Amino acid sequence: MEVLPVDLDALAGCLSSSACLVTQTTSGLIIGMLLFLVAVGLTLIFGVLKIVNFSHGAFYMFGAYFAMTAYQLTGSFALAMLAGAAGTATLGLIFERVFMSRVYGADVLMQLLVCYAFVLIFDDVVRLIWGPEFKSMGMPAAFQVMPLFIAGGVVPPYYLLLIGVALAAAIVLGIGLSRSRIGKVIRAAAHNSGMVSALGINTGLIYGGVFALGGGLAGLAGALAAPVRSLTPGMGFSVLIESFIVTVIGGMGSIVGALVGALLIGLIRSFGSLGFPLFTEGLMYLFMVIVLVSKPTGLFGKEAA
Amino acid sequence: MTRTRTPGISRRSTLALMGAGAMSVATPWVARAQAKTIKIGMPTILSGRVAQLGTSSRNAVMLEVDKVNAAGGLAGRPIEMVIRDSKGQPQEAARVARELVNTDGCEWLIDGEASSGSFAVHEVARDLGVLCVHTNSEASSLTADPKQHIPNAFRCVRQGIHDSIVGGSYAAAIAKAKGLKKWATCSPDYAYGRDTTGEFTLYLKRFAPDIEIISESWPKLFQPDYTEVVTKILQAKPQALYSCLWGGDLTSYIDQANIYAMFGQMEVFAVNMADYTALTVVKNLPKGIHSGNRYIKTYPATPENAAWGDAYKAKYNEYPTNWSWQNATAVMFLAEAAKKANSTDGKKIAEALAGLTIKCPFGADGTVTMRGDDHTLVGYAIGWGTTIPQEPYVPEVKAGDWKTIFELEAEWKKSKGYT
Repeated sequence: MEVLPVDLDALAGCLSSSACLVTQTTSGLIIGMLLFLVAVGLTLIFGVLKIVNFSHGAFYMFGAYFAMTAYQLTGSFALAMLAGAAGTATLGLIFERVFMSRVYGADVLMQLLVCYAFVLIFDDVVRLIWGPEFKSMGMPAAFQVMPLFIAGGVVPPYYLLLIGVALAAAIVLGIGLSRSRIGKVIRAAAHNSGMVSALGINTGLIYGGVFALGGGLAGLAGALAAPVRSLTPGMGFSVLIESFIVTVIGGMGSIVGALVGALLIGLIRSFGSLGFPLFTEGLMYLFMVIVLVSKPTGLFGKEAA
Repeated sequence: MTRTRTPGISRRSTLALMGAGAMSVATPWVARAQAKTIKIGMPTILSGRVAQLGTSSRNAVMLEVDKVNAAGGLAGRPIEMVIRDSKGQPQEAARVARELVNTDGCEWLIDGEASSGSFAVHEVARDLGVLCVHTNSEASSLTADPKQHIPNAFRCVRQGIHDSIVGGSYAAAIAKAKGLKKWATCSPDYAYGRDTTGEFTLYLKRFAPDIEIISESWPKLFQPDYTEVVTKILQAKPQALYSCLWGGDLTSYIDQANIYAMFGQMEVFAVNMADYTALTVVKNLPKGIHSGNRYIKTYPATPENAAWGDAYKAKYNEYPTNWSWQNATAVMFLAEAAKKANSTDGKKIAEALAGLTIKCPFGADGTVTMRGDDHTLVGYAIGWGTTIPQEPYVPEVKAGDWKTIFELEAEWKKSKGYT
């Protein structure tokens, strides 16, 4: 059988079957939610610090490696997740205070160069500590169970957990930023950091905190992905590219945009692989182009203030 | 006026020391330097994503070179290996190969490049006329295509077409026995993935003509997530799946397919599964995945092979790879050819190599042959079996039949216009 570049019959067949619809939708949600955790950190850091953190993928990578090591040492999946998130948050704080804080006023090219240097350095650090060959964390025994069948569709229990954790992170983040005092200060700093600083608030601390939060979320994504994806130095790169697409589609700086963008990319991948088997990757970029042409600031991006 | 010097290390000598230090870091990895030595140059991939394979090639070469040197060298000359990183880039491989011969004075080359780089090194060998043994390129055309043929180059590697014939006939036999008619494929989207999958299905259908391929997936190389591919295959409900994913991509795929319980729903044929790099990494290896033998120390099931695998593990603290046995075999061939020719002259060695049969732990019958007419390795152990989650990982391997391989290979060459 020759594979057609466009197979709309397969797509229509899937859309009319509840089994296929459930399976492909959850598959899209899984891809989307992991992507959201990485992208939201990227967009948060950009929104507050006005820095495009090109080294963000490294935090996803470190999250996965931290989780694997913690899991091997303790055998506890919960501690592995915690190690992934807390370890990368700490790393994010140190990285921001020691290195990134020095280039805030600098040319954007300079910032990019520093970030790119650390992409290479972090990859080599992983190579030195964990070795160049790929690793696998393995699925915790609690999740080595038969998948659930919902309306005929197949849904693995681990992926329900994954979607749940990512969703909880999204809700806490959304409410925290809009309602809490710290959230208000962060939003104020994003709007006018000079004024916030003049009011006697330590902006350095806020910047470091935002970077830590962003890094921690990416690390959590890496930790959640570790049981199902192989770990290699440089594994953050492809995730970073897709996260950029998500933030561009959703609008740089917008958390809701990151969520919507990530879910759209996830669904495009899962249904695109049925309808456009040879063009799934291209579909993502095509969608990005359409969004950029019709709304250059992204779906939820604000016009430059 | 006399100048007084503060005791300790002067600035000048510090600089000299630093220079010497930098030199020793920058100098390539030189194994042994003695008079009368014969230098053999080797470009291979020592950095990047497949560095593990290049390193395992270097390890295997050194394991055998140490044996040859301990036994008095090649026609009395000890071997000195000069091994350099090509970073997996063809143009870099060609540059390194040329430099090894022209600047470093290497008399022979062992080409430890993957397929893409091997064709580049092959052109250097053609240009310089230097003896060259390819040790890692499985691309069939490298020796099957008469346009590539040069008297001074040999390929000591398993070959794509041999694997496809053996894999196709093995899978067809199981398909017939179990009534597996609907097949799906899932392979990486680049030349190797497309060619290997195409050749496998060609022979699968030849041996079992009523088979139908109902779904094809082509995830890109090094893709981190295969969920949409896994669910797509589940929707298609095939009875069997073929994949030539390899390394970390294969282990990711297995981990992700596992939680969808895919392996209970269809027979899976993954040609690159039975390689220690993948077998030892997957934590929950499903039972019953069909795989070709890449390198396992239990096949061929001989004391010689087991001893070789153990010796390698004892020295390097990890199991050998498919690239390892091929590189070790190359050194064995060169040593035997030097003995036969009683010389280290490249031309005489090439003459001795053509058609040479040697005793070898990796031979199907305890020997392997460097076929005379197309300078390629034949008679090596090749077969398929099913996995279990612990050592020996593939307890029983069904051997491929070399008579069938030769017949179908000749037919294939004719169809390609090579003969």
